[in-house]
Amino acid sequence: MLKRLFVIGGFGSVLLSSTPARVQDLPTIKSTTVELPAGDALFPGGASADAINNNCLACHSPDMVLNQPPLPKATWEAEVHKMINTYKAPINEADVPAIVSYLMKTKGKD
Amino acid sequence: MRDDKEGPFSHSLTNLHRGHAAATRGLSRRAMLRNVGATGLSLAVSPALADELVKLPFASGPRERPVTHAFPQKGDMILQRVRPPLLETPMEVFDRGVFTPNEQFYVRWHWAEIPNSVDVNTFRLAVRGHVDRTLSLSIPDMIGDLPRVELAAVNQCSGNSRGLFAPRVPGAQWGHGAMGNAKWTGVRLKDVLDRAGIKAGAVQVRFRGLDEPVVPEAPTFRKSLAIDHARDGEVMIAYAMNGEQLPLLNGFPLRLIVPGWYSTYWVKMLSDIEVLDKVDDNYWMAVAYTIPDTPHASIAPGQTGVKMVPINRMVPRSFFTNIADGASFAAGTRVPVRGIAFGGDAGVAKVEVSSDGGKSWQPTRLGDDFGKYGFRQWQTDLALADKGDHALMVRCTNSSGEVQPDTPNWNTSGFMLNVIETVQVKAV
Repeated sequence: MLKRLFVIGGFGSVLLSSTPARVQDLPTIKSTTVELPAGDALFPGGASADAINNNCLACHSPDMVLNQPPLPKATWEAEVHKMINTYKAPINEADVPAIVSYLMKTKGKD
Repeated sequence: MRDDKEGPFSHSLTNLHRGHAAATRGLSRRAMLRNVGATGLSLAVSPALADELVKLPFASGPRERPVTHAFPQKGDMILQRVRPPLLETPMEVFDRGVFTPNEQFYVRWHWAEIPNSVDVNTFRLAVRGHVDRTLSLSIPDMIGDLPRVELAAVNQCSGNSRGLFAPRVPGAQWGHGAMGNAKWTGVRLKDVLDRAGIKAGAVQVRFRGLDEPVVPEAPTFRKSLAIDHARDGEVMIAYAMNGEQLPLLNGFPLRLIVPGWYSTYWVKMLSDIEVLDKVDDNYWMAVAYTIPDTPHASIAPGQTGVKMVPINRMVPRSFFTNIADGASFAAGTRVPVRGIAFGGDAGVAKVEVSSDGGKSWQPTRLGDDFGKYGFRQWQTDLALADKGDHALMVRCTNSSGEVQPDTPNWNTSGFMLNVIETVQVKAV
Protein backbone atom coordinates (compact mmCIF):
# COMPACT_ATOMS: atom_id res chain seq x y z
CA MET A 1 0.00 0.00 0.00
CA LEU A 2 2.76 2.37 0.97
CA LYS A 3 4.68 1.47 -2.14
CA ARG A 4 1.63 2.14 -4.29
CA LEU A 5 1.36 5.65 -2.85
CA PHE A 6 4.95 6.38 -3.76
CA VAL A 7 4.37 5.03 -7.19
CA ILE A 8 1.39 7.25 -7.82
CA GLY A 9 3.11 10.27 -6.37
CA GLY A 10 6.42 9.86 -8.05
CA PHE A 11 6.13 7.78 -11.14
CA GLY A 12 2.52 7.19 -12.10
CA SER A 13 2.15 9.63 -14.92
CA VAL A 14 5.14 8.63 -16.97
CA LEU A 15 4.90 4.87 -17.06
CA LEU A 16 2.96 2.55 -19.29
CA SER A 17 0.24 0.29 -18.03
CA SER A 18 1.36 -1.79 -15.08
CA THR A 19 -0.36 -4.86 -16.53
CA PRO A 20 2.20 -6.02 -19.07
CA ALA A 21 0.69 -9.50 -19.17
CA ARG A 22 -2.42 -8.17 -20.88
CA VAL A 23 -2.15 -8.88 -24.56
CA GLN A 24 -2.92 -5.74 -26.48
CA ASP A 25 -3.89 -5.39 -30.09
CA LEU A 26 -0.87 -5.59 -32.28
CA PRO A 27 -0.03 -2.81 -34.65
CA THR A 28 -0.06 -3.84 -38.28
CA ILE A 29 3.47 -4.65 -39.39
CA LYS A 30 3.95 -2.64 -42.57
CA SER A 31 6.63 -2.77 -45.24
CA THR A 32 9.12 0.01 -44.62
CA THR A 33 11.48 2.01 -46.79
CA VAL A 34 13.69 4.69 -45.32
CA GLU A 35 16.41 7.00 -46.52
CA LEU A 36 19.65 7.03 -44.55
CA PRO A 37 21.97 10.04 -44.46
CA ALA A 38 24.80 9.53 -46.95
CA GLY A 39 27.64 10.03 -44.50
CA ASP A 40 29.75 11.31 -47.35
CA ALA A 41 31.87 13.85 -45.50
CA LEU A 42 35.65 13.84 -45.94
CA PHE A 43 38.47 14.04 -43.44
CA PRO A 44 39.66 17.64 -43.15
CA GLY A 45 43.26 18.62 -43.84
CA GLY A 46 43.56 18.90 -47.61
CA ALA A 47 46.43 16.96 -49.14
CA SER A 48 47.52 15.52 -45.80
CA ALA A 49 44.17 13.71 -45.67
CA ASP A 50 44.37 12.24 -49.17
CA ALA A 51 45.54 8.80 -48.03
CA ILE A 52 42.90 8.44 -45.33
CA ASN A 53 40.20 9.83 -47.61
CA ASN A 54 41.16 7.45 -50.41
CA ASN A 55 41.30 4.33 -48.27
CA CYS A 56 39.04 4.60 -45.27
CA LEU A 57 35.67 6.02 -46.33
CA ALA A 58 34.11 3.06 -48.08
CA CYS A 59 33.21 1.33 -44.83
CA HIS A 60 32.63 4.24 -42.43
CA SER A 61 32.25 7.99 -42.27
CA PRO A 62 35.14 10.09 -40.86
CA ASP A 63 33.34 10.94 -37.59
CA MET A 64 34.18 7.46 -36.27
CA VAL A 65 37.83 8.46 -36.32
CA LEU A 66 37.43 12.14 -35.48
CA ASN A 67 35.49 11.26 -32.31
CA GLN A 68 38.32 9.09 -30.97
CA PRO A 69 40.42 10.34 -28.06
CA PRO A 70 44.17 10.90 -28.50
CA LEU A 71 45.74 7.44 -28.76
CA PRO A 72 49.35 6.19 -28.92
CA LYS A 73 50.97 5.38 -32.26
CA ALA A 74 51.00 1.65 -31.54
CA THR A 75 47.23 1.75 -31.02
CA TRP A 76 46.64 3.59 -34.31
CA GLU A 77 48.90 1.18 -36.19
CA ALA A 78 47.00 -1.72 -34.67
CA GLU A 79 43.68 -0.16 -35.69
CA VAL A 80 44.77 0.31 -39.30
CA HIS A 81 46.06 -3.26 -39.52
CA LYS A 82 42.87 -4.59 -37.92
CA MET A 83 40.95 -2.85 -40.68
CA ILE A 84 43.20 -4.46 -43.31
CA ASN A 85 43.65 -7.95 -41.90
CA THR A 86 40.39 -8.61 -40.07
CA TYR A 87 37.88 -6.39 -41.79
CA LYS A 88 39.50 -6.80 -45.23
CA ALA A 89 39.59 -3.10 -45.97
CA PRO A 90 41.13 -2.64 -49.43
CA ILE A 91 43.83 -0.30 -48.18
CA ASN A 92 47.00 0.15 -50.22
CA GLU A 93 49.90 -0.97 -48.03
CA ALA A 94 51.91 1.93 -49.48
CA ASP A 95 49.35 4.35 -48.02
CA VAL A 96 49.55 2.98 -44.47
CA PRO A 97 52.37 5.30 -43.28
CA ALA A 98 50.47 8.35 -44.55
CA ILE A 99 47.27 7.18 -42.85
CA VAL A 100 49.05 6.58 -39.55
CA SER A 101 50.81 9.91 -39.89
CA TYR A 102 47.46 11.67 -40.34
CA LEU A 103 46.01 9.83 -37.34
CA MET A 104 49.00 10.77 -35.19
CA LYS A 105 48.82 14.40 -36.28
CA THR A 106 45.12 14.71 -35.53
CA LYS A 107 44.57 12.06 -32.84
CA GLY A 108 48.03 11.18 -31.58
CA LYS A 109 49.29 10.81 -28.06
CA ASP A 110 52.80 10.10 -26.81
CA MET B 1 39.97 -4.39 -54.91
CA ARG B 2 40.54 -0.70 -55.30
CA ASP B 3 41.13 0.47 -58.82
CA ASP B 4 44.00 2.90 -58.73
CA LYS B 5 43.47 3.88 -62.31
CA GLU B 6 40.39 5.89 -61.37
CA GLY B 7 41.09 9.50 -62.22
CA PRO B 8 39.96 12.65 -60.44
CA PHE B 9 36.98 13.01 -62.72
CA SER B 10 35.47 9.73 -61.63
CA HIS B 11 36.16 10.70 -58.02
CA SER B 12 33.95 13.73 -58.49
CA LEU B 13 31.23 11.62 -59.98
CA THR B 14 31.46 9.27 -57.08
CA ASN B 15 31.00 12.03 -54.58
CA LEU B 16 28.03 13.36 -56.46
CA HIS B 17 26.53 9.90 -56.48
CA ARG B 18 27.13 9.42 -52.79
CA GLY B 19 25.62 12.75 -51.99
CA HIS B 20 22.28 12.34 -53.59
CA ALA B 21 21.69 8.63 -53.60
CA ALA B 22 21.73 8.72 -49.85
CA ALA B 23 19.57 5.74 -49.16
CA THR B 24 20.57 3.46 -51.93
CA ARG B 25 20.87 -0.14 -51.05
CA GLY B 26 23.99 -2.09 -50.47
CA LEU B 27 25.16 -2.80 -53.95
CA SER B 28 25.94 0.76 -54.82
CA ARG B 29 28.03 1.08 -51.69
CA ARG B 30 29.97 -1.97 -52.67
CA ALA B 31 30.40 -0.68 -56.19
CA MET B 32 31.65 2.51 -54.69
CA LEU B 33 34.51 0.71 -53.06
CA ARG B 34 36.34 0.80 -56.31
CA ASN B 35 36.32 4.52 -56.70
CA VAL B 36 36.01 6.28 -53.41
CA GLY B 37 38.11 9.37 -53.69
CA ALA B 38 38.99 12.68 -52.15
CA THR B 39 38.05 15.96 -53.67
CA GLY B 40 37.68 18.09 -50.58
CA LEU B 41 34.13 19.03 -51.36
CA SER B 42 32.42 18.51 -48.05
CA LEU B 43 32.94 19.24 -44.38
CA ALA B 44 33.67 16.59 -41.81
CA VAL B 45 30.24 17.08 -40.26
CA SER B 46 27.49 18.09 -42.61
CA PRO B 47 25.70 21.19 -41.26
CA ALA B 48 22.38 19.49 -41.92
CA LEU B 49 23.23 16.88 -39.31
CA ALA B 50 24.27 19.28 -36.57
CA ASP B 51 21.48 21.34 -35.04
CA GLU B 52 23.15 21.71 -31.68
CA LEU B 53 26.01 20.19 -29.73
CA VAL B 54 25.96 18.09 -26.60
CA LYS B 55 28.96 17.66 -24.31
CA LEU B 56 29.77 14.17 -23.05
CA PRO B 57 31.51 13.79 -19.66
CA PHE B 58 34.85 12.43 -20.91
CA ALA B 59 38.30 13.03 -19.40
CA SER B 60 39.71 14.13 -22.76
CA GLY B 61 38.33 15.50 -25.97
CA PRO B 62 36.62 15.54 -28.24
CA ARG B 63 33.65 15.77 -25.91
CA GLU B 64 31.20 17.53 -28.16
CA ARG B 65 28.82 15.68 -30.46
CA PRO B 66 26.11 16.96 -32.78
CA VAL B 67 22.50 16.35 -31.85
CA THR B 68 20.77 15.11 -34.98
CA HIS B 69 17.26 14.36 -36.14
CA ALA B 70 18.37 13.45 -39.65
CA PHE B 71 17.81 9.71 -39.23
CA PRO B 72 14.59 7.97 -40.31
CA GLN B 73 12.05 7.11 -37.59
CA LYS B 74 14.31 8.84 -35.06
CA GLY B 75 13.99 12.03 -33.05
CA ASP B 76 16.87 13.93 -31.45
CA MET B 77 19.87 11.64 -31.07
CA ILE B 78 23.53 12.16 -30.20
CA LEU B 79 25.46 11.57 -33.42
CA GLN B 80 28.47 9.33 -32.88
CA ARG B 81 28.82 8.16 -36.48
CA VAL B 82 26.76 8.78 -39.61
CA ARG B 83 27.67 5.60 -41.53
CA PRO B 84 27.08 2.95 -40.44
CA PRO B 85 24.90 4.69 -37.86
CA LEU B 86 25.88 5.01 -34.22
CA LEU B 87 23.22 7.09 -32.47
CA GLU B 88 23.19 7.64 -28.71
CA THR B 89 20.17 8.33 -26.53
CA PRO B 90 20.41 11.68 -24.68
CA MET B 91 20.42 11.20 -20.86
CA GLU B 92 17.31 13.33 -20.33
CA VAL B 93 15.23 10.73 -22.16
CA PHE B 94 15.85 8.33 -19.28
CA ASP B 95 14.37 10.87 -16.84
CA ARG B 96 10.96 10.67 -18.52
CA GLY B 97 10.14 7.07 -17.71
CA VAL B 98 11.43 3.53 -17.70
CA PHE B 99 10.46 2.78 -21.29
CA THR B 100 12.75 4.38 -23.85
CA PRO B 101 10.70 5.71 -26.78
CA ASN B 102 11.43 3.98 -30.08
CA GLU B 103 12.29 7.28 -31.76
CA GLN B 104 15.06 7.89 -29.23
CA PHE B 105 16.26 4.33 -28.71
CA TYR B 106 19.98 4.08 -29.43
CA VAL B 107 21.27 2.64 -32.70
CA ARG B 108 24.42 0.64 -33.38
CA TRP B 109 25.43 -1.10 -36.63
CA HIS B 110 28.70 -2.81 -37.49
CA TRP B 111 28.50 -2.93 -41.29
CA ALA B 112 27.34 -0.26 -43.71
CA GLU B 113 25.34 -2.55 -45.99
CA ILE B 114 22.01 -2.04 -44.24
CA PRO B 115 18.90 -2.68 -46.37
CA ASN B 116 16.90 0.54 -46.41
CA SER B 117 13.75 -1.30 -47.42
CA VAL B 118 12.05 -4.41 -46.07
CA ASP B 119 8.93 -5.87 -47.70
CA VAL B 120 6.99 -7.74 -45.03
CA ASN B 121 5.19 -9.77 -47.69
CA THR B 122 8.35 -11.34 -49.04
CA PHE B 123 10.56 -11.31 -45.93
CA ARG B 124 11.35 -14.80 -44.59
CA LEU B 125 13.17 -16.03 -41.51
CA ALA B 126 15.12 -19.23 -42.22
CA VAL B 127 15.59 -21.91 -39.56
CA ARG B 128 18.05 -24.54 -40.66
CA GLY B 129 21.13 -26.56 -39.79
CA HIS B 130 21.01 -29.38 -37.24
CA VAL B 131 17.20 -29.63 -37.34
CA ASP B 132 14.58 -32.13 -38.50
CA ARG B 133 12.79 -29.64 -40.76
CA THR B 134 14.11 -26.50 -42.39
CA LEU B 135 11.66 -23.62 -41.92
CA SER B 136 10.99 -20.48 -43.89
CA LEU B 137 8.76 -18.29 -41.73
CA SER B 138 6.89 -15.22 -42.92
CA ILE B 139 5.89 -12.35 -40.64
CA PRO B 140 2.23 -13.51 -40.69
CA ASP B 141 3.44 -17.02 -39.75
CA MET B 142 5.24 -15.59 -36.77
CA ILE B 143 2.31 -13.48 -35.63
CA GLY B 144 -0.50 -15.88 -36.40
CA ASP B 145 0.83 -19.36 -35.70
CA LEU B 146 2.98 -19.04 -32.60
CA PRO B 147 2.09 -17.95 -29.05
CA ARG B 148 2.66 -14.25 -28.46
CA VAL B 149 4.80 -13.20 -25.50
CA GLU B 150 5.77 -9.82 -24.04
CA LEU B 151 8.75 -8.87 -21.96
CA ALA B 152 10.31 -5.64 -20.70
CA ALA B 153 14.07 -5.80 -21.10
CA VAL B 154 17.09 -3.53 -21.21
CA ASN B 155 19.17 -3.59 -24.37
CA GLN B 156 22.67 -2.29 -23.63
CA CYS B 157 25.72 -2.15 -25.87
CA SER B 158 28.74 -4.06 -24.54
CA GLY B 159 30.68 -0.82 -24.92
CA ASN B 160 28.16 1.51 -23.28
CA SER B 161 30.09 4.25 -21.40
CA ARG B 162 33.34 3.36 -23.22
CA GLY B 163 34.27 7.05 -23.38
CA LEU B 164 34.68 6.99 -19.60
CA PHE B 165 37.37 4.31 -19.60
CA ALA B 166 40.69 5.41 -18.10
CA PRO B 167 43.03 5.08 -19.86
CA ARG B 168 40.82 5.58 -22.87
CA VAL B 169 40.44 2.87 -25.50
CA PRO B 170 39.50 2.97 -29.20
CA GLY B 171 35.96 2.17 -30.32
CA ALA B 172 32.64 3.98 -30.35
CA GLN B 173 33.07 6.70 -27.74
CA TRP B 174 29.71 6.29 -26.04
CA GLY B 175 28.55 8.18 -23.01
CA HIS B 176 25.89 6.35 -20.99
CA GLY B 177 23.25 6.41 -23.72
CA ALA B 178 24.01 3.18 -25.59
CA MET B 179 21.19 1.54 -23.68
CA GLY B 180 17.42 1.51 -23.63
CA ASN B 181 14.49 -0.38 -22.17
CA ALA B 182 11.50 -1.50 -24.20
CA LYS B 183 8.52 -3.76 -23.98
CA TRP B 184 9.25 -6.40 -26.60
CA THR B 185 6.43 -8.39 -28.21
CA GLY B 186 7.00 -11.49 -30.27
CA VAL B 187 7.46 -15.23 -30.00
CA ARG B 188 9.67 -17.50 -27.95
CA LEU B 189 12.77 -18.69 -29.77
CA LYS B 190 12.08 -22.07 -28.13
CA ASP B 191 8.74 -22.35 -29.94
CA VAL B 192 10.41 -21.64 -33.29
CA LEU B 193 13.17 -24.16 -32.63
CA ASP B 194 10.67 -26.79 -31.49
CA ARG B 195 8.75 -26.35 -34.72
CA ALA B 196 11.93 -27.11 -36.66
CA GLY B 197 12.84 -29.96 -34.33
CA ILE B 198 16.35 -29.88 -32.89
CA LYS B 199 18.41 -32.96 -33.58
CA ALA B 200 20.39 -34.72 -30.89
CA GLY B 201 23.91 -33.34 -30.62
CA ALA B 202 22.97 -29.68 -31.18
CA VAL B 203 25.42 -27.41 -29.35
CA GLN B 204 24.69 -23.81 -30.28
CA VAL B 205 22.27 -21.71 -32.28
CA ARG B 206 23.72 -19.07 -34.58
CA PHE B 207 21.94 -15.91 -35.72
CA ARG B 208 22.47 -13.43 -38.51
CA GLY B 209 20.59 -10.50 -39.97
CA LEU B 210 20.23 -8.81 -43.34
CA ASP B 211 23.17 -6.42 -42.87
CA GLU B 212 26.39 -7.20 -44.71
CA PRO B 213 29.94 -5.93 -44.82
CA VAL B 214 30.86 -3.48 -47.57
CA VAL B 215 33.79 -5.73 -48.46
CA PRO B 216 32.33 -9.16 -49.28
CA GLU B 217 35.38 -10.96 -47.87
CA ALA B 218 34.92 -9.37 -44.44
CA PRO B 219 33.33 -11.46 -41.68
CA THR B 220 29.52 -11.31 -41.74
CA PHE B 221 28.09 -10.38 -38.35
CA ARG B 222 26.87 -13.57 -36.68
CA LYS B 223 26.30 -14.41 -33.02
CA SER B 224 25.59 -17.67 -31.22
CA LEU B 225 23.96 -18.82 -28.03
CA ALA B 226 24.31 -22.17 -26.27
CA ILE B 227 21.45 -24.51 -27.15
CA ASP B 228 20.07 -24.55 -23.59
CA HIS B 229 20.12 -20.76 -23.46
CA ALA B 230 18.36 -20.55 -26.82
CA ARG B 231 15.66 -22.92 -25.53
CA ASP B 232 15.19 -21.32 -22.10
CA GLY B 233 11.79 -19.86 -23.00
CA GLU B 234 12.96 -16.29 -22.31
CA VAL B 235 15.01 -15.62 -25.43
CA MET B 236 12.54 -14.33 -27.97
CA ILE B 237 12.11 -12.98 -31.47
CA ALA B 238 10.43 -9.58 -31.33
CA TYR B 239 8.24 -8.10 -34.04
CA ALA B 240 7.09 -5.17 -31.90
CA MET B 241 8.82 -2.74 -29.58
CA ASN B 242 6.81 -0.60 -27.17
CA GLY B 243 3.65 -1.61 -29.04
CA GLU B 244 4.86 -0.58 -32.50
CA GLN B 245 6.77 -2.29 -35.26
CA LEU B 246 10.52 -1.81 -34.79
CA PRO B 247 12.19 1.23 -36.35
CA LEU B 248 14.28 0.00 -39.26
CA LEU B 249 17.47 1.10 -37.53
CA ASN B 250 16.54 -0.94 -34.44
CA GLY B 251 16.22 -4.12 -36.51
CA PHE B 252 12.91 -4.12 -38.40
CA PRO B 253 11.17 -6.46 -38.98
CA LEU B 254 12.52 -9.01 -36.44
CA ARG B 255 15.05 -8.76 -33.68
CA LEU B 256 16.45 -11.38 -31.33
CA ILE B 257 15.85 -10.47 -27.66
CA VAL B 258 18.29 -11.99 -25.17
CA PRO B 259 17.11 -10.76 -21.75
CA GLY B 260 19.91 -9.94 -19.34
CA TRP B 261 22.66 -10.28 -21.94
CA TYR B 262 24.56 -7.57 -23.81
CA SER B 263 23.12 -6.25 -27.04
CA THR B 264 25.74 -7.85 -29.26
CA TYR B 265 23.54 -10.97 -29.13
CA TRP B 266 20.33 -9.09 -29.96
CA VAL B 267 20.72 -9.61 -33.71
CA LYS B 268 18.84 -7.01 -35.76
CA MET B 269 16.89 -7.69 -38.99
CA LEU B 270 17.07 -11.34 -37.94
CA SER B 271 16.87 -13.44 -41.10
CA ASP B 272 18.71 -16.68 -40.41
CA ILE B 273 18.80 -19.13 -37.51
CA GLU B 274 21.24 -21.98 -37.81
CA VAL B 275 21.43 -24.82 -35.31
CA LEU B 276 25.05 -25.94 -34.94
CA ASP B 277 26.47 -29.28 -33.85
CA LYS B 278 29.75 -27.68 -32.83
CA VAL B 279 30.89 -24.51 -31.10
CA ASP B 280 30.77 -21.44 -33.34
CA ASP B 281 34.30 -20.26 -34.10
CA ASN B 282 33.33 -17.30 -36.31
CA TYR B 283 35.21 -14.04 -35.71
CA TRP B 284 32.31 -12.33 -33.92
CA MET B 285 32.22 -15.05 -31.26
CA ALA B 286 35.84 -16.20 -31.04
CA VAL B 287 37.67 -12.87 -31.26
CA ALA B 288 35.39 -9.85 -31.23
CA TYR B 289 33.23 -9.24 -28.17
CA THR B 290 35.41 -11.33 -25.91
CA ILE B 291 36.27 -10.25 -22.36
CA PRO B 292 38.96 -11.20 -19.86
CA ASP B 293 37.78 -14.15 -17.77
CA THR B 294 38.44 -12.17 -14.58
CA PRO B 295 36.25 -10.47 -11.93
CA HIS B 296 34.41 -7.54 -13.60
CA ALA B 297 36.19 -8.50 -16.85
CA SER B 298 38.95 -6.28 -15.53
CA ILE B 299 42.68 -6.31 -16.19
CA ALA B 300 45.52 -3.83 -15.69
CA PRO B 301 46.39 -1.73 -18.76
CA GLY B 302 49.14 -3.58 -20.61
CA GLN B 303 48.37 -6.91 -18.99
CA THR B 304 48.54 -9.79 -21.49
CA GLY B 305 48.13 -13.55 -21.53
CA VAL B 306 44.64 -13.42 -20.04
CA LYS B 307 42.07 -16.06 -20.92
CA MET B 308 39.31 -14.48 -23.00
CA VAL B 309 35.67 -15.61 -23.17
CA PRO B 310 32.66 -14.34 -25.13
CA ILE B 311 30.94 -11.44 -23.38
CA ASN B 312 27.71 -12.64 -21.82
CA ARG B 313 25.40 -11.52 -19.00
CA MET B 314 24.96 -7.88 -17.98
CA VAL B 315 25.85 -6.48 -14.58
CA PRO B 316 23.94 -3.98 -12.41
CA ARG B 317 24.04 -0.25 -13.11
CA SER B 318 22.31 2.90 -11.87
CA PHE B 319 22.24 6.53 -12.96
CA PHE B 320 21.07 9.96 -11.88
CA THR B 321 18.73 11.33 -14.52
CA ASN B 322 17.60 14.65 -13.03
CA ILE B 323 20.95 16.16 -12.06
CA ALA B 324 24.24 16.46 -13.88
CA ASP B 325 27.78 17.39 -12.95
CA GLY B 326 28.13 21.02 -11.88
CA ALA B 327 24.55 21.50 -10.63
CA SER B 328 24.19 23.80 -7.63
CA PHE B 329 21.60 23.85 -4.86
CA ALA B 330 20.80 26.04 -1.86
CA ALA B 331 22.60 24.68 1.20
CA GLY B 332 20.28 23.31 3.85
CA THR B 333 17.43 22.42 1.52
CA ARG B 334 16.45 18.94 0.49
CA VAL B 335 17.34 18.10 -3.08
CA PRO B 336 15.07 15.68 -4.96
CA VAL B 337 17.15 13.11 -6.81
CA ARG B 338 15.95 10.37 -9.12
CA GLY B 339 17.13 8.09 -11.82
CA ILE B 340 17.03 4.63 -13.29
CA ALA B 341 18.68 1.34 -12.43
CA PHE B 342 18.80 -2.17 -13.79
CA GLY B 343 20.08 -5.38 -12.31
CA GLY B 344 21.74 -6.87 -15.39
CA ASP B 345 20.68 -10.50 -15.58
CA ALA B 346 18.69 -10.22 -12.34
CA GLY B 347 16.15 -7.84 -10.86
CA VAL B 348 16.88 -4.66 -8.91
CA ALA B 349 16.94 -5.47 -5.18
CA LYS B 350 17.82 -1.97 -3.98
CA VAL B 351 19.22 1.36 -5.06
CA GLU B 352 21.09 3.53 -2.56
CA VAL B 353 22.51 7.02 -2.72
CA SER B 354 25.33 8.79 -0.92
CA SER B 355 25.99 12.51 -0.48
CA ASP B 356 29.34 12.12 1.25
CA GLY B 357 31.39 10.47 -1.45
CA GLY B 358 30.37 6.94 -0.52
CA LYS B 359 31.05 6.96 3.23
CA SER B 360 27.39 6.48 4.08
CA TRP B 361 24.44 5.30 2.00
CA GLN B 362 20.71 5.83 2.26
CA PRO B 363 17.91 3.84 0.64
CA THR B 364 15.73 5.10 -2.20
CA ARG B 365 12.16 4.32 -3.17
CA LEU B 366 11.76 2.12 -6.22
CA GLY B 367 9.12 2.69 -8.89
CA ASP B 368 6.90 0.12 -10.56
CA ASP B 369 8.42 -3.24 -11.38
CA PHE B 370 7.76 -4.24 -15.00
CA GLY B 371 9.89 -7.36 -14.81
CA LYS B 372 13.37 -8.19 -13.66
CA TYR B 373 15.12 -7.40 -16.94
CA GLY B 374 13.83 -3.84 -17.30
CA PHE B 375 14.76 -0.41 -16.00
CA ARG B 376 13.47 0.50 -12.56
CA GLN B 377 13.06 4.12 -11.51
CA TRP B 378 14.32 5.20 -8.11
CA GLN B 379 13.92 8.43 -6.18
CA THR B 380 14.59 10.09 -2.85
CA ASP B 381 15.84 13.42 -1.57
CA LEU B 382 19.17 14.37 -0.11
CA ALA B 383 20.09 17.01 2.44
CA LEU B 384 23.11 19.10 1.49
CA ALA B 385 23.67 20.85 4.82
CA ASP B 386 27.13 22.31 4.30
CA LYS B 387 28.08 24.83 1.67
CA GLY B 388 30.65 23.58 -0.78
CA ASP B 389 31.25 20.66 -3.09
CA HIS B 390 29.43 17.37 -2.67
CA ALA B 391 29.93 14.08 -4.50
CA LEU B 392 26.57 12.39 -5.01
CA MET B 393 26.72 8.69 -5.76
CA VAL B 394 24.20 6.02 -6.67
CA ARG B 395 24.60 2.26 -6.56
CA CYS B 396 22.40 -0.69 -7.44
CA THR B 397 22.37 -4.11 -5.83
CA ASN B 398 20.66 -6.79 -7.88
CA SER B 399 18.50 -9.64 -6.63
CA SER B 400 21.47 -12.01 -6.85
CA GLY B 401 23.28 -9.81 -4.32
CA GLU B 402 25.68 -8.35 -6.85
CA VAL B 403 26.52 -4.68 -6.25
CA GLN B 404 28.21 -2.11 -8.47
CA PRO B 405 31.95 -1.81 -7.74
CA ASP B 406 33.44 1.38 -6.28
CA THR B 407 36.47 1.26 -8.55
CA PRO B 408 36.16 1.22 -12.34
CA ASN B 409 36.91 -1.95 -14.26
CA TRP B 410 39.19 -1.74 -17.32
CA ASN B 411 39.80 -3.86 -20.41
CA THR B 412 41.18 -3.17 -23.89
CA SER B 413 37.77 -3.25 -25.59
CA GLY B 414 36.01 -0.88 -23.21
CA PHE B 415 33.33 -3.39 -22.24
CA MET B 416 31.08 -3.77 -19.19
CA LEU B 417 31.77 -0.55 -17.31
CA ASN B 418 29.56 -0.55 -14.23
CA VAL B 419 31.41 1.45 -11.58
CA ILE B 420 29.23 3.44 -9.14
CA GLU B 421 28.31 6.73 -10.83
CA THR B 422 29.18 10.04 -9.18
CA VAL B 423 27.94 13.55 -9.91
CA GLN B 424 29.72 16.57 -8.46
CA VAL B 425 27.33 19.24 -7.20
CA LYS B 426 27.69 22.42 -5.18
CA ALA B 427 25.67 23.66 -2.21
CA VAL B 428 25.66 27.47 -2.09
